[in-house]
Amino acid sequence: MFSNLTLLAQAPVLNIQLLLDGLFIGATFALAAYGLALVWGVMNVKNLCQGDMVILGGFIAVTLSKHGLHPILGLPVAIVALFIYGWIVYRLIICRVIERDLFTSLLATFGLAIVMAQSMNLIFGPEVTTAESGFKTLVLFDGLVTVAEIKAVSLALAAALATVVIVFMKRSRMGQAIRATAQDARAARVMGIDTDRVYQFTYALNAAICGAAGVLISMIWTIQPFFGISHSIRAFVIVTAAGFGNLPGVILAGFGLGFAEQYSGFLLGAQFQQATVVGLLVVVLVARQIQQARHRRAVA
Amino acid sequence: MMKQTFDFKRVGCAAASAVALAFASMAHAKVDGDIIILGAAMSLTGKYSANGHNAKNGYDIAVKRVNEMGGVKVDGKSYQLKVVYYDDESTPARGAQLAERLIQQDGVKYMLGPYSSGLTKAIAPVTEKYKIPMVEAEGASRSLFTQGYKYMFCVISTSEQYLGSAVDLKAEVTKKAGKNVSDVKVAFIFENDPFSLDVRAGVEEDVKRHGMKVVIDDKMPRDLNDISATLTKVKALKPDLILISGHEKGAATAARQMKQMQVSAPMIGITHCESGKLISQFGASTEGFLCPTQWDETLSYKGKYFGTAADFDKHVKATFPEYKVVPYQLAQASAAVLVWKEAFERANSFDTEKLRDALADTNMETFYGNIKFSKAGNNVAKPMVLRQIQGGELKVVAPTRWASAPLVYPRQVVAGN
Repeated sequence: MFSNLTLLAQAPVLNIQLLLDGLFIGATFALAAYGLALVWGVMNVKNLCQGDMVILGGFIAVTLSKHGLHPILGLPVAIVALFIYGWIVYRLIICRVIERDLFTSLLATFGLAIVMAQSMNLIFGPEVTTAESGFKTLVLFDGLVTVAEIKAVSLALAAALATVVIVFMKRSRMGQAIRATAQDARAARVMGIDTDRVYQFTYALNAAICGAAGVLISMIWTIQPFFGISHSIRAFVIVTAAGFGNLPGVILAGFGLGFAEQYSGFLLGAQFQQATVVGLLVVVLVARQIQQARHRRAVA
Repeated sequence: MMKQTFDFKRVGCAAASAVALAFASMAHAKVDGDIIILGAAMSLTGKYSANGHNAKNGYDIAVKRVNEMGGVKVDGKSYQLKVVYYDDESTPARGAQLAERLIQQDGVKYMLGPYSSGLTKAIAPVTEKYKIPMVEAEGASRSLFTQGYKYMFCVISTSEQYLGSAVDLKAEVTKKAGKNVSDVKVAFIFENDPFSLDVRAGVEEDVKRHGMKVVIDDKMPRDLNDISATLTKVKALKPDLILISGHEKGAATAARQMKQMQVSAPMIGITHCESGKLISQFGASTEGFLCPTQWDETLSYKGKYFGTAADFDKHVKATFPEYKVVPYQLAQASAAVLVWKEAFERANSFDTEKLRDALADTNMETFYGNIKFSKAGNNVAKPMVLRQIQGGELKVVAPTRWASAPLVYPRQVVAGN
């Protein structure tokens, strides 16, 4: 670890590489996590098949690119396809568990995650694949910093998508209805909002966001039917750390997670990359507890 | 209340006799008429299903060939081979359950191995417990052969040999160039799983023997598909040799990110090039990668069932046209069936103890290479082969006896990729 620290001190440009990679990766994390925050906050459903929806989006891009379509063009296709998929899944499964207790929805979405992973395995095969964007790599600082153009493009796309979603939530009728339902579902119903429709839309929107994240991930990383779980875990870590009513928090936590992964991978080795993330989550939770305990004492 | 107890007893009796009857009829299941039944748990779904199917195809193709050639002759009578498969869903716990089921319920007495070291590790204790001999072809982990198992035999080279020849090759070219071998910097990037850590243990010894320096020693967690932080270190430390192993995921992730980040080294050794589809997915950026393999169709091995390695290759492609390249995972599975066939004939018996001894005495030549087991049960008669990606094709470069092309060193990195 110390030798790696001195390495960073000797070649400070390496920090740029780590920060850039953290930024690129964090953007896609934040996207999937935002979808989860939405479903969690509005419907109180902890969607354990979040990562599998991401992977499904990725496979759509990979399949299209195998048929000669550029994977970036897979983005709208994946968004629409996953939106419809989310809509159907809500009608079939989620609407039946939404009023039940925590464990019912956890079990239902966990079951769905298994079914999705195995189905993708049957349909797309178990190979580790990747969508080839054909973009080049920029070389800076004598090759010490390399920026794959596709990563920068994904960052821009993720930012654009996030902006669209934010504007939609703020301005549109449906967005307002979603926010109203999140605040108080019963009051929203009294005001004439069809909350069932809101839930359905929210779940489908989340699936669409996941699909978009998946397309980006398939172009910068690798995908495989069983990689969903690690994306689910990341989304949960981010949302737990940020809190679900808090969009800037989700984005910040997404980037923070990206940086934390890169730095711990560099300093401690890849074997600690994820351990650090989960360790950070524990720290955040403990800090929160202490904070809230103080708050409670103050209120009492 | 009285009556109910009585009923319970009756039901209990009936159940017990049913179970006893079932077992009585199963006692013959190992050899059913003129059919010898082999059992295998195989990863037909789940994360190993690609190679699970390769292994199953290998078993099936060899069973078909043996049956076509007159079957197995035991005590003057000819028997046909048949394999009973269960899907272990690529999970070790399920594999162990299925091995119990094959042995206890189905009465199988002769086992073929599952796919992967992890599954083999879960199943071997079960077969040992019941003293059922197993010939396995897909578990290469060295740790399988340090447990003192007596009933397990393995036709493939063990994992610590996978990248060892790459280290030796590096030492050789360094000496030839008149440089000091102890100046060679090595980077290890291995997944944190039994197989890859065994590969690592093997090269660690080789690196030490040559006095090379390990500058990076990172282990990828199972769920991680991002090694860009590790590769940033590679950029800074500029190792002369990078060794990577992490199944298909590790291979694809490394190739993908090395291409994206333009990271390179004069020599790169990486396992699972073929099953990770590196050449078709990452093209010219994989040029010069060294890929270890258990078997290659250009090798001059020969046996009486399939002819030469090239003949086997042709035969598989004719039977399964979907294979453009025949994976070694398929070839070695076929070899395991051939080992069973000869063991039955040499033992001239269906007794598991006699068969175990016959298996231990195996010494045969096959299209897959020579097969002779050590006391621990691993095959010591066949070396690992090293291939290099040259012009988008895999060419054997070591051991020199079988080399079909000279080693290209240092790697010719294609600009812009």
